[in-house]
Amino acid sequence: MDITRRRLLALLPAAAVAWKYVLAGTPEASPNYKLTEHWWGMLIDIPKCIGCGSCVRACAEENDVPEGYYRTWIERYHVADWKIERPEVESPDGGKQGFPPHADDGGKNFFVPKLCNQCAESPCTQVCPVGATFVTPDGVVLVDKSYCLGCRYCIQACPYGCRFLNPKTNTAEKCSLCYHRITKGLTTACCEVCPTGARQLADLKNPKDPIHEFLKTHTVQVLKPHMATGAKVFYNGMDGSVR
Amino acid sequence: MFKDIEHLIRLAAVIAVALVAFVILRAAVVPHSFGQYGHYRGAAIGETASRPIAFAGHDACEGCHTDVVDQKKLGKHVVVACEACHGALAKHADDPGSVQPTKLDTAIVCARCHEANSAKPQGFPQVATADHSGGLACDTCHQPHRPKIEAEGKK
Repeated sequence: MDITRRRLLALLPAAAVAWKYVLAGTPEASPNYKLTEHWWGMLIDIPKCIGCGSCVRACAEENDVPEGYYRTWIERYHVADWKIERPEVESPDGGKQGFPPHADDGGKNFFVPKLCNQCAESPCTQVCPVGATFVTPDGVVLVDKSYCLGCRYCIQACPYGCRFLNPKTNTAEKCSLCYHRITKGLTTACCEVCPTGARQLADLKNPKDPIHEFLKTHTVQVLKPHMATGAKVFYNGMDGSVR
Repeated sequence: MFKDIEHLIRLAAVIAVALVAFVILRAAVVPHSFGQYGHYRGAAIGETASRPIAFAGHDACEGCHTDVVDQKKLGKHVVVACEACHGALAKHADDPGSVQPTKLDTAIVCARCHEANSAKPQGFPQVATADHSGGLACDTCHQPHRPKIEAEGKK
């Protein structure tokens, strides 16, 4: 977009109004929701994932994710019998339309859904120069798109590749764990549509949440634990080849 | 003492004015809710939460479509949420009269999950649709809400 002096001057009143809105903010959407009573995460049960792509499609629809960008995506892993150290990973269109049938070439094949890990010590929020991305008191990493400058530091900092620059708004974007849903007592769009229960929203501060029993009775891992990001997306049955 | 102390006083005055201007400007420009919870705009939490939903959630469906709920309870698809196949329907839940879901093509929708793939879990029911049905729509034989085909008369 070409910005001429005339155009810039014409935009100034609109910018002033927008800034006033940014200064004031809007009130809390769910008055009964208490930030301090929740600590959100997610459980992903890899042996249950069928790679149907329902989560990717639902996420795109729920969150208005631009074509070709993904807040969540599915990877198909192929670990050959003789080349365990070099797994082949593919994710055509983020797995949105499922995966083409593969010749059963032996080895180990499985799907891994990915999304923002909602890190408690998130590298992306640590690098943001303006405080446009942050961990909420209930443990969700959000982006304040009216404050984001689009500098892309956070996109580089995320060790999981979960962020992208929205080409329409030119601001950083990522999975918000459907914050507009979970604060209303609903589950996330991806968990809602997952037909096998491979994805489950977890509230770690809720003692009645089935996540606690699951974590006690299963061997659960997070992605890149050596980076100490405090990731809260827990993977059950994850193969060592998953990056 | 200094001979030209008025120079220092003038300098101090300039710095004092600049400082006051900075404090006033900062108060005017920094959003009110910045720092409410941390080094960010606290109001952004409420703004993110106020976004409208697209998927109504299965509780919303079950309120009206009790016949389908009863059908699903008899089969394995009891665990599959309505919107997994029918798509986002919060608008339909808000206004069932004017927003109607579109009819699904079972030849496409069923295959999304049940098309055979070596990466799918072993126990999950899979078919190569080309061999299994030869392009026929799945609902020719299967009832999608209760997919197991049972003996005639029992249905």
